[in-house]
Amino acid sequence: MQFFTDNFPLLRDAFLTTLGLSLLAGLLALVLGTVLAAMRVSPIPPLRGLATFYVETFRNTPLTVVFFFIVFGLPQIDFVVSFFVGAVLSVGLYTAAFVAEALRSGINSVGPGQAEAARAIGLTFGQSLREVVLPQAFRTVVPPLGNVWIAMVKNTSIAAGFATTELAATLPRLANANAGDILLILLAVVVGYMLITVPSAYGIHRIERRVAILR
Amino acid sequence: MTERPTGEPLVRLSGVNKWYGELHVLQDIDLSIDRGEVVVVIGPSGSGKSTLCRTINRLEGIESGEITIDGQRLPEEGKELARLRADVGMVFQSFNLFAHKTILENVTLGPIKVRKQSKADAEKRARELLDRVGVGHQADKVPAQLSGGQQQRVAIARALAMDPKVMLFDEPTSALDPEMINEVLDVMTSLARDGMTMVVVTHEMGFARRAANRVVFMDAGRIVESAVPETFFTAPSSDRAKDFLSKILNH
Repeated sequence: MQFFTDNFPLLRDAFLTTLGLSLLAGLLALVLGTVLAAMRVSPIPPLRGLATFYVETFRNTPLTVVFFFIVFGLPQIDFVVSFFVGAVLSVGLYTAAFVAEALRSGINSVGPGQAEAARAIGLTFGQSLREVVLPQAFRTVVPPLGNVWIAMVKNTSIAAGFATTELAATLPRLANANAGDILLILLAVVVGYMLITVPSAYGIHRIERRVAILR
Repeated sequence: MTERPTGEPLVRLSGVNKWYGELHVLQDIDLSIDRGEVVVVIGPSGSGKSTLCRTINRLEGIESGEITIDGQRLPEEGKELARLRADVGMVFQSFNLFAHKTILENVTLGPIKVRKQSKADAEKRARELLDRVGVGHQADKVPAQLSGGQQQRVAIARALAMDPKVMLFDEPTSALDPEMINEVLDVMTSLARDGMTMVVVTHEMGFARRAANRVVFMDAGRIVESAVPETFFTAPSSDRAKDFLSKILNH
């Protein structure tokens, strides 16, 4: 117990950093991913092309490389952000590509008749998407979006390599100081991630049941 | 009640051509529809009648020719097209009610988002329309809880809520069980009687005889014949129409 009481402040701060990083990156990914998905189904070819380019670029680039680009590459063109903001941007921009693809599969699962009926009553493309297609698409993508979220929470651990003291970053630090407690250290860090992911899985299941619609 | 035809037709298609790849689905279509006129389009499967109906609000684009509604040329895309579509009601074969919204919300969505009506005004009018088509008591249900016939009547109310200049019906009874067809046709007949301008693609010959001012017969992407129902059903002039009628009326 001595180990936990001694290191509680560090573990707590690291947990809060992981949580904050996850929430901010998740929000960025959700907003940007929705915009990208809308662009990919839009009737304007340049928008479709741009979104496709974005998705393919970020989906096919390792997250570590994205981090490297944001944290060390962007300062070369005088775009300097803090390590924490760099981590939010890296994880958020990367995950947006996966959110966009999950949403696009949801949009494609909504029958074409729904969008036709929306256009037939005079809704614009944006209104059709907002009022009719996306609300139905979101319902079918709750499970895949849940997967993206949980994967993203764990992906925030890459930030440990880029000077952000989140949960995974405490591992080497604590291990060096407490060589006899390696298993306890691992347990503490894993529990930290599970404090986020397990309630998330439960929440996702609840949302899934609540938004289920009759067809 | 019926407005008599004035100079400019409400809907005019001139020289309209459309291809699906190699297939020439609409060939040199000329058609004018006057205010208050009910035009029933019939013809064999694949004759292009549904496509014709769907070009009028540009759910299907055309390769050449011109379509005007109330003297205004159909815009290509964007807000202009959306505005014009708001004036053209459409009823689909498969109803296409918004699955995630209640019956009432289905009817009020257009008036609130497109016509910028207040929620209260839109709901009041929606309830009147739902009562008119006989599904007022279902207002708080979702579409999947209604029968096909009820869903199609809601779809008609949804289109009427926009106060359209013209209503398009694309095989509105083809997906219905036989006992539900009449409840939908009755609503359509009463609309026709009230002077609504209508284009109806259908296989219901009884409706054509009863409610149409004119029957347009299509085959292989062309308008083969256009006549008042009495003439068309008793003395069709083309061999193709005679053949079609002999197949559907003799059983």
